[in-house]
Amino acid sequence: MARRFRSPYRFRIRLNQVLDWTTISGVPVQPVYTAADLPPDFDLDRDLGRPGEAPYGRGIHASGYHGKLWTMRQFSGFATAQETNERYHWLLSQGQNGLSVAFDLPTLMGYDSDDPLAAGEVGKCGVAVDSVEDVEALFHGIRLDHVSTSMTINGPAAAIWAMFLVAAERQGADWKSLRGTLQNDILKEYIAQKEYIFPPAPAMRLVTDTIEFATRETPRFNPVSVSGYHIREAGSTALQELAFTLRDGMEYVEWALRRGLDVDAFAPRLSFFFNAHSDFFEEIAKYRAARLLWHRVMTERYGARQARSTALRFHAQTAGVSLTAQQPYNNVARVAWQALAAVLGGCQSLHTNALDEALALPTAAAATLALRTQQVIAHESGVTGTPDPLGGAFFLEKLTRDLQDGAEEYFRRLDAMGGMVAAVEQGFPQREIADASYRYQQALERGEKRVVGVNAFAGEEAAPSILYIGDQAAAHQGAKLERLRARRAAAAAAASLDRLRRDAGTGANVMPALLACARSWCTLGEICAALRDVLGTYTETAVA
Amino acid sequence: MAMESSHHIRVLVAKPGLDGHDRGAKVVARGLRDAGMEIIYTGLRQTPEMIANAALQEDVDCIGLSILSGAHNAIVPELMRQLRERHMDDVLVVLGGIVPEPDIPALKAAGVAAVFPPGSRMAEIAEFIRTHAHRRPFEL
Repeated sequence: MARRFRSPYRFRIRLNQVLDWTTISGVPVQPVYTAADLPPDFDLDRDLGRPGEAPYGRGIHASGYHGKLWTMRQFSGFATAQETNERYHWLLSQGQNGLSVAFDLPTLMGYDSDDPLAAGEVGKCGVAVDSVEDVEALFHGIRLDHVSTSMTINGPAAAIWAMFLVAAERQGADWKSLRGTLQNDILKEYIAQKEYIFPPAPAMRLVTDTIEFATRETPRFNPVSVSGYHIREAGSTALQELAFTLRDGMEYVEWALRRGLDVDAFAPRLSFFFNAHSDFFEEIAKYRAARLLWHRVMTERYGARQARSTALRFHAQTAGVSLTAQQPYNNVARVAWQALAAVLGGCQSLHTNALDEALALPTAAAATLALRTQQVIAHESGVTGTPDPLGGAFFLEKLTRDLQDGAEEYFRRLDAMGGMVAAVEQGFPQREIADASYRYQQALERGEKRVVGVNAFAGEEAAPSILYIGDQAAAHQGAKLERLRARRAAAAAAASLDRLRRDAGTGANVMPALLACARSWCTLGEICAALRDVLGTYTETAVA
Repeated sequence: MAMESSHHIRVLVAKPGLDGHDRGAKVVARGLRDAGMEIIYTGLRQTPEMIANAALQEDVDCIGLSILSGAHNAIVPELMRQLRERHMDDVLVVLGGIVPEPDIPALKAAGVAAVFPPGSRMAEIAEFIRTHAHRRPFEL
């Protein structure tokens, strides 16, 4: 059979042209930007503020990274607490200065490792945590009042936090000195990541309980990290990530205000978490727009008086979704410039993905290279010298302004729906993201958008060796749970769970009851089962 | 009645296990629909039993599983057992997601016809299903 002949010469010419001049979010990009693309009265100092000055478009610190670099915080967790603890000690010894816990799916969904629903999942996507015992093993040899700890947990966040606080207490740490972040952003679970347990309203009540508790008991801990990361990973545009995340943050503020809290008592401890995706300038503009928008809504809409309540602090993580299984070493380049965008956008904390993450959880070598990438940017690139060095560039200012305007338009639509909980129940953000995600896939299939190694310049390449996680963690956790249940005072555990059911039912703040459960060695599965009894569960209407 | 009516391929797109990352499942569902197939999407957190029941009730030609969590070694053999129990083992089963290379031979031996890694093209997935989804004729 005759084969169609393709001239390699013509092929190369086509690949040396960019076919689609839009951002990765589909926003058209002009060949040239000038002052004419900005409003005639545009004033950088007034509209964005100088670095460290309201409205914080150019960053929240006057001297940028001169005072302190961002926290290098690599998200990590796999198999058992013991194995993850070894990885933490290694990362800390290599210059990482904050911890970030990745939990496995049974933990994220509030099931014990020996639950039938956990079959095949224990320790696979993160570390298995069933009780305070596991939290203690996770941080063995690490003083929780000496390092800041971020925990990516949402549905059962309040319960895991209680276990963390009890583990800290048993180390002799003062809660008032604990620094860290609980992700605890349940709205984006309904919108994007889908690891919810309870229906939206009771789940929002639990989040509000943690905000209230943190305000009183853990003044240096961030009880919520309002997260756009997962919204973006689910396929949203940069604008949707920005708008939905900030509107989620506003929803938490409104619930806390309705609880009777003073805005300046809790707002300074709300932090944010954004994606660092591939479109370099669009991402930098997104971080600047986020600070401008947050400052405006906190002052104008919620009447915050303290500067700290209005200055948006954020963690960034490079885009897992942009990593390719094909030619995986290309991912090192992607991660480097995504991280650079986060730094130029003024992040407070950063995770860089490992090159092998489209294949498996990272090996120690790949995780170390990812950390080294941050260190090279921090110490060799020179970009840390001055804050917002790109400020004033016509293209960047135009993108920043358009993102602000686009987000305001989304705010109006979401407000008209009755806020974020109502919008989520109507499936609005979910549909917007699914549509954007499909549009991007179509652009890829048509070859308008290119991914090197996938639909352009493809070709086989030797695969790196990957971290293989077997099923030993499940057996280990199962035996540990059996010993725990045999050893603990059964009556005390049962009494704590009864108290939890009662408090959950009456609307009291559940944190004291959760702490009692953690202290009496209740397991996460038992605690979440008790909460499910009272609060109910949630199943979304599947739309594809 | 003509028995040879051109038949739309029916595909059950299923998301088993505890994982909620459904971007891939949703994009593939829409892509296959645009390729002319009939798509039934199960939604999240389906057990193998629920998937086998849905496949039987919907009389599908193909099951497309999306698994990113590493739970495939537990889920796939159990689904195959459930399908055999229902005499549905002629349904084409394909898998997409993050699957380590060393696991693929065992999954294929268990009856998975193809594994589509991240970056797979829609056209390639649709073509594979069109070529391989042929249920046995219904016999009384």
